[in-house]
Amino acid sequence: MNAQTVQTPDKAGLYKGMEAVANKTFKGRWNAPLAGYLFIAPWLLGFLILQLWPIIQSFYLSFTEYSLLEPARWIGIKNFQDIAHDRLFFNSLKVTFLYVIASVPLKLLVALAIALLLNRNIRGISFYRTIIYLPSLIGGSLAVAVLWRNIFGLNGFINQLAIWVGIAPKNWIGTPSTALGTLVLLTAWQFGSSMIIFLAGLKQIPSELYEAASVDGASPLRKFIRITLPMLSPVILFNLIMGIINAFQMFTSAFVVTNGGPVNSTEMFALFLYNKAFGSLQMGYASALAWILLVIIGIATALNFIASKYWVFYETETEGRK
Amino acid sequence: MTGAHNKQNWLVHVLMIAFCFVMFYPVLWWIGASFKSTPEISLPTLFPKVWLWQNYTEGWMALPKYTFTRFFMNSLKLNVATTIIHVISASLVAFGFARLNFPLKGLWFSILLMTLMLPGQVTLIPQYTMFHSFDWINTYLPLIVPSAMGGAFFIFLIVQFIRSIPRELDESAKIDGCSWFGIYLRIVMPLTLPALITVTIFSFIWGWDEYFGPLIYLNTVDKYTVPLALRMFIDSQSAVPWGQLLAVSLLSVLPPVVIFFLAQKHFVEGIATSGLKG
Repeated sequence: MNAQTVQTPDKAGLYKGMEAVANKTFKGRWNAPLAGYLFIAPWLLGFLILQLWPIIQSFYLSFTEYSLLEPARWIGIKNFQDIAHDRLFFNSLKVTFLYVIASVPLKLLVALAIALLLNRNIRGISFYRTIIYLPSLIGGSLAVAVLWRNIFGLNGFINQLAIWVGIAPKNWIGTPSTALGTLVLLTAWQFGSSMIIFLAGLKQIPSELYEAASVDGASPLRKFIRITLPMLSPVILFNLIMGIINAFQMFTSAFVVTNGGPVNSTEMFALFLYNKAFGSLQMGYASALAWILLVIIGIATALNFIASKYWVFYETETEGRK
Repeated sequence: MTGAHNKQNWLVHVLMIAFCFVMFYPVLWWIGASFKSTPEISLPTLFPKVWLWQNYTEGWMALPKYTFTRFFMNSLKLNVATTIIHVISASLVAFGFARLNFPLKGLWFSILLMTLMLPGQVTLIPQYTMFHSFDWINTYLPLIVPSAMGGAFFIFLIVQFIRSIPRELDESAKIDGCSWFGIYLRIVMPLTLPALITVTIFSFIWGWDEYFGPLIYLNTVDKYTVPLALRMFIDSQSAVPWGQLLAVSLLSVLPPVVIFFLAQKHFVEGIATSGLKG
């Protein structure tokens, strides 16, 4: 890499970046108390007005009945009581968890496998990278949701393939048991950006480690388990956490490809929330749902960090190898 | 040794080409289908017998009142505005965090990073009511104004980049009597150019695909962005003219794809640096 490229942090992990920035730049005295605040003012004001205040407000709204047309009316914990009896809420929770559990590992496994395959000096790597990245580039767009709807539709491409292989064609999107699967595939198809992060992580593993292992006569599998996986584990954690956070909020594909159907089999949490807020104008109820989502994502992230103590390996003494 | 190595690389190429073909097949099929008639789309062929170029022209004009020219222009105007604002704000804020020391800086920076994990749904409804009370519904303001905060991801990306620029440069400028703003504008900004390009690309591409914001804030067709217009296209006809729809959809993903090809290097490295999305 030359000076013209964006510098890659030691490990692509967010927490690593946080730590590095804290150590390197936050030392020393305040050299510009006023100018500092002037420079960060755009973000700080935006944070206070467009994020912090709305978060507090939505917490308040979650205890009210609010339809936008009339002022919010305090109803205590009734929203949460109603949610606890809402079959559609539990359905959306189940669908979202299924989707997260199926799509995130699938996407990461494919990304890791391809990154391992590409992590060698072969020609044409930028060509492969481009092809593989393309779905990530367009995958979140409405256009691809349209494409997916057609491909998995009754007369779609997948059924042509099914007939050709000798499987009975079916309406993949219109069948409750397969509809969610089409969305999982759409997500896994966009593994390119995770793959690029894995590839960057693999490039940072010092080659001396492999050379030393070769001298000791280690098999490729052993090298993978003993060197690659531990050295890559912070990047895996990072991809895992970001993948889970994004998956919990998945909206566009569920909205356009299946619109939550058939029989609510793809009604993801974000879609359920949207329908409550903007479909039936139950803003208080939807705020309660948003807070539940925040808590779920918070718990999932915390669990990931706690579990990471047992499987993520940090170079503590030999920091700074490139 | 090299012979075995070459053989191995051949195997990798064969695997990769096969894999890329499978990955890319939906896109190939998409291109073919965009030229097909509706009955032909459900035939097991990749390319049509007769290429219907009129799918593109008819699809472009399929919606009543406005052609897709209008929707592309709307998307373009909106995204150019948000992108410029993102770049300016994010670079100012990033300079502040990377170079200046002020009280509570560590706290604010940690909060900034934490907001990356904040689900948008939590701020959605109060933001909506706030913009509603400003009478901003059905204008572009709710979509443009929030970009003035710079975007946590973009700020983080530029901070990381500024850290790699030697501090001696701005310290000597400081001794020469340059103001902080002068240092930002004359020294750090020009050196951060690669990061600013990355931010420009990301901001434009993600903005182009953005569906949810326009969906809730825009409600008259004349202001629709491309994704909203596509959605209307699906809903407006009882029998979807798939050929036309796929043709216009294909055109709608072209701007991000073209930008990606033009600036691939920055893009890939930008993702590798922080990769917080997708």
